[in-house]
Amino acid sequence: MTRSLLRPPGFDDLGVRRALSDRLLPSLVAAMTFLAALAVAGAIGATALAQHWQSGAGGMMTVQVPQPGDPLANSTRLDRVRAALAATPGIASARTLSDDELRTLLRPWLGKDLGTSAADIAIPLPAVIDVQLSGNGLGSGPNRAALGAALETAAPGTLVEEHDRWVTRLAALARSLQACAALALAVVAFVAVAVIAVATRAGLTSRRDAIETVHGLGATDEFIARSFAQRATVLAGIGAAIGALAALPVLAGLTGLAAPFANADAPDGIAGALGAVPVALWLSVICLPPLAAAIGWLTAHRTVRRWLRRLP
Amino acid sequence: MVRLDQVGLELGRGDTRTAVLHELSLDVPEGGFRWLLGDSGAGKTSLLRLLALSALPTRGRLTLLGCDIARARRRDLPPLRRRIGVVFQDFRLLPHLSVYDNVALPLRIAGRPEGQIRVDAVELLGWVGLSHKLASRPTELSGGEQQRVAIARAVVARPLLLLADEPTGNLDEEQAERLMRLLQELNRLGTTVVVATHNTAMVQRYPAHTLRLHEGQLIRDD
Repeated sequence: MTRSLLRPPGFDDLGVRRALSDRLLPSLVAAMTFLAALAVAGAIGATALAQHWQSGAGGMMTVQVPQPGDPLANSTRLDRVRAALAATPGIASARTLSDDELRTLLRPWLGKDLGTSAADIAIPLPAVIDVQLSGNGLGSGPNRAALGAALETAAPGTLVEEHDRWVTRLAALARSLQACAALALAVVAFVAVAVIAVATRAGLTSRRDAIETVHGLGATDEFIARSFAQRATVLAGIGAAIGALAALPVLAGLTGLAAPFANADAPDGIAGALGAVPVALWLSVICLPPLAAAIGWLTAHRTVRRWLRRLP
Repeated sequence: MVRLDQVGLELGRGDTRTAVLHELSLDVPEGGFRWLLGDSGAGKTSLLRLLALSALPTRGRLTLLGCDIARARRRDLPPLRRRIGVVFQDFRLLPHLSVYDNVALPLRIAGRPEGQIRVDAVELLGWVGLSHKLASRPTELSGGEQQRVAIARAVVARPLLLLADEPTGNLDEEQAERLMRLLQELNRLGTTVVVATHNTAMVQRYPAHTLRLHEGQLIRDD
């Protein structure tokens, strides 16, 4: 008998467990966490793909040298351009495409009757140099304008084709996707706050008599608000954990679909798919339940404190 | 202990606002005992609500336990309420809690240690004859038993001011006499007591200072 009279930890003085249902609120929070996980995945995926593409396209440059074999100042035009590239800092490598590679490149336009070498083609072809820049090519590497001028001096008529325009477009696309994801997260958070506030107010209404009695017995606003906030925290945390777990297979599937775009092999099996999920996405998904619990605490606490102002 | 100076109370909002107490002025000294009498609707319960800080005066000055309520901050009121015990006419027991937990509630709100709570609550429930009902829910009790639980809850924290609204209404003669002896004992030990009642026989058996209300006004204080 004596043991049973001791107040157990988390004793529900106010009957808050009856006020905040253990079904509806976790279900709604789980759905919103699921959506939040997808939004985060979209943002992280867009960022990763954009970085991957930028580092590839932005780090490359193509140089075309017309009449490459023509002599110029004790050398050929091609050799003078190669020498100018070699003397330019910020260039990791400069490789002249072979005849075979040129033929392969031109075959879609000039047809199967193309000869066995570039020399067999009747029209004059430029030499093509594939230049790899050091760094990711964005902001680093050589001064593009100065390099163009140097190559023009080395062999007049030399063309430099950069991929900056695509890099810029990709960066803009990535930023747009990130903004959309952030907006989606903000909407989900707003809806979560609204749902928890409505549930708390409904709970306050249903427990009004008990709250007024406890208030009259000398309970502080904090005592009452904490009771509701603790319950909302638990329910939101549980709901968010369920939503995050439900999102994991979807995230793994999306990671598998995105793998080829990042020049990676599609993962095998569930374990492989989960292992391929980016660390940043894992961390974000793991953070969602504590974040939802914090929203639950703050929203319920604030809602109760405001409601209690109607009591003297 | 309790002082009202031209205190008025209005209830409701806007056009439905109604004055229920008018310019009440009275004193209840520390350790005093007051019968609060009056017809139904005279304002007895409203006055008890004021004294329990369940409502705040809309005019005048109320001083309770040495505290000027008009000057008190919101956070000052809960500690004051913990020093005031109230027996409500409708009991206001929490139906989801056991009899023991209902009586223990004021002590838990006050942050008392569980060991002390157990001793005090069990002792008081024994005194009101409900030792065998500790684990029962209020809905499993008769009206008289519920009233005894409400009385135990009101006095378990040894309040400085005890307010009772028709405390003998649901009690048989013997229980009513027991309750009056408890109230007198608490009063003898220094608790200020205000009891609202229609029970004139009880008032005659236990003569004391009387406050009589009529239509929200104090018409007798002697």
